[in-house]
Amino acid sequence: MAEKVLMKGNEALAEAAIMAGCRHYFGYPITPQTEVAAYMAKRMPKIGGVFLQAESEIAAINMVIGAAATGKRAMTSSSSPGIALKSEGLSYLAGCDLPALIVNVQRGGPGLGGIQPSQSDYFHATRGAGHGDFHMIVLAPSSVQEMASFVFKGFNLAEKYRMTTMILADGTMGQMMEPVSLEMGEIESYDKSWCACGGSDKRPKNIVNSLFLQAEELEQFNIRRYEKYAEVEKNEVMYEEYMMDDAEICIAAFGIAARVSKNAIDEARKMGIKVGMIRPITLWPFPKEVFNKAADKVKAFVSVEMSMGQLIEDVELATRCKKPVLLCNRSGGMIPTLEDVIAKIKEANGGAN
Amino acid sequence: METLFTKGFPINMKRITIFAGHYGSGKTNIAVNYALAMARDGKKVTIADLDIVNPYYRTKDSSEILAENGIELISSPYANTNVDVPALPAEAYKVTDDKSAYAIIDVGGDDRGALAMGRYAPKILEENDFEMLAVINRYRPLTKDAKSTLEVMREIEAACKMPFTGIVNNSNLGALTTREDILSSLDYANEVSRLSGLPIVMTSVLSSLYDEVKGDVPSAFPMEIYVKAKI
Repeated sequence: MAEKVLMKGNEALAEAAIMAGCRHYFGYPITPQTEVAAYMAKRMPKIGGVFLQAESEIAAINMVIGAAATGKRAMTSSSSPGIALKSEGLSYLAGCDLPALIVNVQRGGPGLGGIQPSQSDYFHATRGAGHGDFHMIVLAPSSVQEMASFVFKGFNLAEKYRMTTMILADGTMGQMMEPVSLEMGEIESYDKSWCACGGSDKRPKNIVNSLFLQAEELEQFNIRRYEKYAEVEKNEVMYEEYMMDDAEICIAAFGIAARVSKNAIDEARKMGIKVGMIRPITLWPFPKEVFNKAADKVKAFVSVEMSMGQLIEDVELATRCKKPVLLCNRSGGMIPTLEDVIAKIKEANGGAN
Repeated sequence: METLFTKGFPINMKRITIFAGHYGSGKTNIAVNYALAMARDGKKVTIADLDIVNPYYRTKDSSEILAENGIELISSPYANTNVDVPALPAEAYKVTDDKSAYAIIDVGGDDRGALAMGRYAPKILEENDFEMLAVINRYRPLTKDAKSTLEVMREIEAACKMPFTGIVNNSNLGALTTREDILSSLDYANEVSRLSGLPIVMTSVLSSLYDEVKGDVPSAFPMEIYVKAKI
């Protein structure tokens, strides 16, 4: 096993991106993700890469589009208000079928909100973060180790499907320090014959574009893109199950909320309550099947989230509302406490314990 | 009451002790532990948080235990709030103006964080009763060897216009730190000491590991983790 180092989530993510071959980082500072940019600013010049602080978030995402169109591994990172600004670019990336990595270290909203951690960009990330019909692959890390390893996975998936991968983290994931192993595995290589990189060879000219003069043509592209999305839904769903074998209550939670939930499950088990958790790792594609199967076994679900009730909608959809789904949530920068989650587990269990 | 310092912990205690170092090297936690050790030794102690870089995990997280031990905390009114205002409190001048108390200064990470220290440097240098300690951690990737650690130290000195006077070896992997992790950091710390010409003032050790390592680690400083992840 590789030697462990002590890193902030934001730093681990940045270093992993460099190890994954990313040499094109474009960003604009915003708390609580600024360490990603700060780390890139220190490291990129030493390894022949590009760190560029753009004049705005919108400029940064458009630079990502340009670099990605040439087949390079490009990324940007921001926090909630900055990601909202990038939304137009996210749509263009999808329209151009470009691979790229986008990182959202979420903070409280809406509006300027605050700098404390949040998960309230769930809808934005999973429902298509811009105009038009599209999806991004959305990965939700729950440790500093996953902040690093999902960058590696994210770039590979992005290139495999020519899609944007978003890492949906939160301020806690970005700021907390944990030991991490930076042994990341192989960089996979994919066909890049589509890229626009100068045309010095004899192949036909490639144009990267999202404009179609005929509506029929645009529709065909959208249909083919959704066939690709169906492949992603079939092949790339990831989740973690925790104590689900005999569970009668199932918690749904991701990111930092899943860590609180794990502790709550351990406590509730001591009280004799059979509770487990399904932690979605891919928020899109959502692990519908495992939730739907669980709905045939458990008596209730609890959605633990740092938003006003967003994840809960996917749990209800996936389970076709076969069982009640309770909401245990905080928002605006607050994190559910162990006691909050235990109380909701008891409520789901019938309140008898 | 027997305390760390009455037990003969070998430190030349100056009126002002400044903890500076690479981002995430553990300055805040060391500063809080050091302030508590001094207060338990019967000293009147003020701790000032001059961090203008970190949004979370601040000295203010420890405000309760500091207050319980009679330690005055000087911290930005915006620390741990929902805004990101890199402001310094006016009370911070107390560390140089009120010479009746020992002062601990917790400086923000790297040269960017140390810049804020420069405002107080002239008076501290004039009084000339200070230690400025470089907190180092070999398990941080950008200070993984002596050479890169020294680079960071030089950048900090240039930014705050003050020289380091000693080293705190705070090499750790958080709560998962083992005895071996500490022992294998000693050569690194010695090399930083050799290259910089500065003494290793202490090697911090989690209290739970203290008895295991104290025989092998010179100037082992037992500490608790006060500044920790929310989960």
